[in-house]
Amino acid sequence: MRLMRILPASIVSLILFFLAFPIVVVAIVSFSSATYLTFPPPAFGLRWYEAFFSNPDWLKPTWVSIWVACAVVVLATFLGTLAALGIARLPKALRVVAAGLILSPLIVPGIVVAIGIYYAYSRYGLVGTPIAMVLAHTCLAVPFVVTSVTASLSGIDPRLEQAALSLGATPGATFFQVTLPLIQPGVLVGALFAFITSFDELIVALFISGTGAVTLPRRMWDDLRFQIDPTIAAVSTLTIVLTAALMGAAHFLRKRAEQNRMATSSAAP
Amino acid sequence: MTVAGMNGAGPGPIGRGASVTLSDLEKTYDRTSAAAKAVDGVSLDIRSGEFLTLLGPSGSGKTTTLMMIAGFETPTAGDIAIDGKSVVAMPPYRRNIGMVFQNYALFPHLTVEENVGFPLKQRGVPKAERAKLVAEALELVHLPGYGARYPRQLSGGQQQRVAVARAVVFKPRLLLMDEPLGALDKQLRENLQLEMRRLHADLGITFIYVTHDQEEALTMSDRIAVMNDGKVAQVGSPEDLYDRPDNRFVAGFIGESNFLPAVVRGLEDDVVVAECEGTLIRALCPGRPASGERVTLTTRPERLRFADGTWAGTEPPQNRMSVTVTEAVFAGERCRYMLRAGDGTSIVLKEPSSAAIRRRAVGERAEIAWSVADTILV
Amino acid sequence: MSEVVQPASLALAVSRPKTAPFDWRRAVPLLLAAPLLVYMLVFYALPVAAMLLRSVNDPSWTLANYAILFEDVVFQKTFWITINTSVTVTLGCLILGYPVAMGLVRAKSMAPFILVIILLPFWTSVLVRSYAWMVLLGRHGLVNEALIALGMIERPIRILNTPLATQIAMIHILLPYMILPIANALRQIDPSLIRAASGLGATPFMTFRQVILPLSMSGMAAGTLLTFVLALGFYITPAMVGGPRDITLSMLIAQQVDQLNWAYAATLSAVLLATALAILAMARKLPGVGNAFKTSMR
Ligand SMILES: Nc1ncnc2c1ncn2[C@@H]1O[C@H](COP(=O)(O)OP(=O)(O)O)[C@@H](O)[C@H]1O
Ligand SMILES: [Mg+2]
Repeated sequence: MRLMRILPASIVSLILFFLAFPIVVVAIVSFSSATYLTFPPPAFGLRWYEAFFSNPDWLKPTWVSIWVACAVVVLATFLGTLAALGIARLPKALRVVAAGLILSPLIVPGIVVAIGIYYAYSRYGLVGTPIAMVLAHTCLAVPFVVTSVTASLSGIDPRLEQAALSLGATPGATFFQVTLPLIQPGVLVGALFAFITSFDELIVALFISGTGAVTLPRRMWDDLRFQIDPTIAAVSTLTIVLTAALMGAAHFLRKRAEQNRMATSSAAP
Repeated sequence: MTVAGMNGAGPGPIGRGASVTLSDLEKTYDRTSAAAKAVDGVSLDIRSGEFLTLLGPSGSGKTTTLMMIAGFETPTAGDIAIDGKSVVAMPPYRRNIGMVFQNYALFPHLTVEENVGFPLKQRGVPKAERAKLVAEALELVHLPGYGARYPRQLSGGQQQRVAVARAVVFKPRLLLMDEPLGALDKQLRENLQLEMRRLHADLGITFIYVTHDQEEALTMSDRIAVMNDGKVAQVGSPEDLYDRPDNRFVAGFIGESNFLPAVVRGLEDDVVVAECEGTLIRALCPGRPASGERVTLTTRPERLRFADGTWAGTEPPQNRMSVTVTEAVFAGERCRYMLRAGDGTSIVLKEPSSAAIRRRAVGERAEIAWSVADTILV
Repeated sequence: MSEVVQPASLALAVSRPKTAPFDWRRAVPLLLAAPLLVYMLVFYALPVAAMLLRSVNDPSWTLANYAILFEDVVFQKTFWITINTSVTVTLGCLILGYPVAMGLVRAKSMAPFILVIILLPFWTSVLVRSYAWMVLLGRHGLVNEALIALGMIERPIRILNTPLATQIAMIHILLPYMILPIANALRQIDPSLIRAASGLGATPFMTFRQVILPLSMSGMAAGTLLTFVLALGFYITPAMVGGPRDITLSMLIAQQVDQLNWAYAATLSAVLLATALAILAMARKLPGVGNAFKTSMR
């Protein structure tokens, strides 16, 4: 009887350990003081972080990644939010086609997207430019913005917009004073996803970043071909912390928006 | 350049309410299928300053009618005129009509103050002026001091009052309300019904109120338009509808009614004599039915009495019928009897309860009586 | 002229000139979606389509490139490895994911903690997770050291750069995609059903077999299909931790592009894409999967 209760729990714990352990190991290794990769580290130190922050070969791609991701956030959030607003009101047949096109990067294998983009962009001399990275990453980030904004739009009571119009707000004023503030959490979550999508993206970068727009993942990849030096562990740890923080923020925003919605609708069913 | 809807805002005395004319209004949502019309030829003259209620069962087209007046739905046919001017082509934000939604539709991201100030902001009312008007409006609905709260921090009843304050703060001359009390419990609903009446008297503007609750409609309205299947079944004062229903639907929907099948035997001035269960019954009748025509007579259960009872100083009523008691229920203030007439028609009778009145037993034979004025041919 | 200043596109939504021949309000949603649709066409769909076109028009219109695949040993081996890896990984995810999903749904105070452990790898880039497995599985990596310390082996064995490494790393990466849909399905099972079953004398195992398992089938199907389709397209992980000879379809495609062999790369891409789409099309036929899919994609 006792075994029946402990056995499942220990199995689940083991699998959870399998999930978390590799990431924890990377974090621990990054604080190693050894000059080579070994676990457990003989002593702890920040030398690999110093190595990262003092090496322009690492810092430059980091800045490229950040700038590209920021540009992607602006472009993807703007286009994606507008489109989500439109798609929700399209006739069904058109909506299915539009959603299919916009969401397809989620299922089309990454390599197919990457070489397709490489094939076309190289024709126009875009390969190796940050612009190409922004243009391509926006395509990959947009599905997340559209799904996130669509989800928050579907949670809005259409009577709120009617109420605004009945109170004398023009359609423009209704959008900026009512609709936009209400979908704002969804837009923010979409923007965070867009940032992470671009910041972590590698396959497209492998083909089109060339030498002129080397991003951080691309730099890590190049480095891994030659050595497994713990600097990569430090970089990895930094990106884990950054993405986990952004994802945590997104999660928190979504939860809060959900609670707000429930609080107002429960008082007036 | 003018700002939309500015004319009604600002300080100063409130003008009289708007008059609203609906002419042959029709609405079909789905033109492709042969679906029934949601609103089917509604014509109504709503007078300035009137409290008019649209009453009807769910799906009878009340909300659709209201939405067309507010401008959220376009009529398929017919016209809507406010103060004699057609508004069909006018977008909702220019109509200057106050509206209270069933779930209140308060903006969850704005405070009470910002919610109530919203229509003023749209009209470019300066901040200081806005604060004053908002405070007045909150005073009007007995919610002073709640301005800084968010809607989710208020109870259902309080949210409802905020919605009313927001709908009247810009001094519209017409206020539309779609089942504004539907989500509240009975006690609160009754309090707020009285407050709505008071508000109507204070503001002097036209109210169009939608409800499916006949008691609410009877309590609050100057006039009621009963709707059924997208059509207006009858328009009239609460007394009109209750005492003189035009048709079987209205008689059945408002209050409880007995329906007696009968055959017309003759006419005496504006009273029709009809044969029912072998006895002659006299009924009020606006038309002139032919002799021999099959008709239905209706009468209210509380207007019937046992014929051997007392008649508080008046003449015993003219209409009489012999019945058998089939069921007797004591319900506090009233006794409710199910009776069966000679050939099986059931009749309900409600009698004020009193320890002094003998209660009838099941199976007992009795004679009931009621007055001609309480008998309508429908 | 309108007297009210307002953004043009939104103004169209409500103002309706009485005699307008064309109802502009109908066009507003399309106008809002149009910029993104055009963008996606120009920078994504047309490029991919143009590339895929190379499989049938290089040098002239022909299906020869596809016909060759039937005799192409390299392709067939690669295709088989890809399918084999995807199946293994999907099964591994199903076996490991189901208990975790149940644990997540059953857990009360621990649930947020479990969720974070599931989501943490989910939020970490594929590159970093593949790197983590390089660290763990290398010749002097933790796994080898541990096995030696336990006396199970005498000297380091080769794990990194074998199919096993690819499978382990891919299971690690794809596990959350399996757990979340199953947990979703389990969460929707009415707890009173389980109480009813045990009230009727079913043992916990019988309850699981006859109540929980069938009712979570839609979540399992959704998780399985999602995992499988994603596994088909994996590139970075097999390239980093896999064996030099265990080439997946994605890797073969990349190789061909490096050699500027566009017609062949395009043909392979079309096959990969068609396989993925075929599986998704099948998925939509299964009852309940469509919904489970939608909720888990969020
Ligand atoms: N947006 C809509 N689309 C299609 N049919 C509708 C819509 N709104 C209402 N209807 C239909 O129109 C009829 C009248 O509805 P409504 O006006 O809401 O009635 P009420 O408010 O009296 O309950 C109903 O049959 C309803 O199903
Ligand atoms: Mg209604």
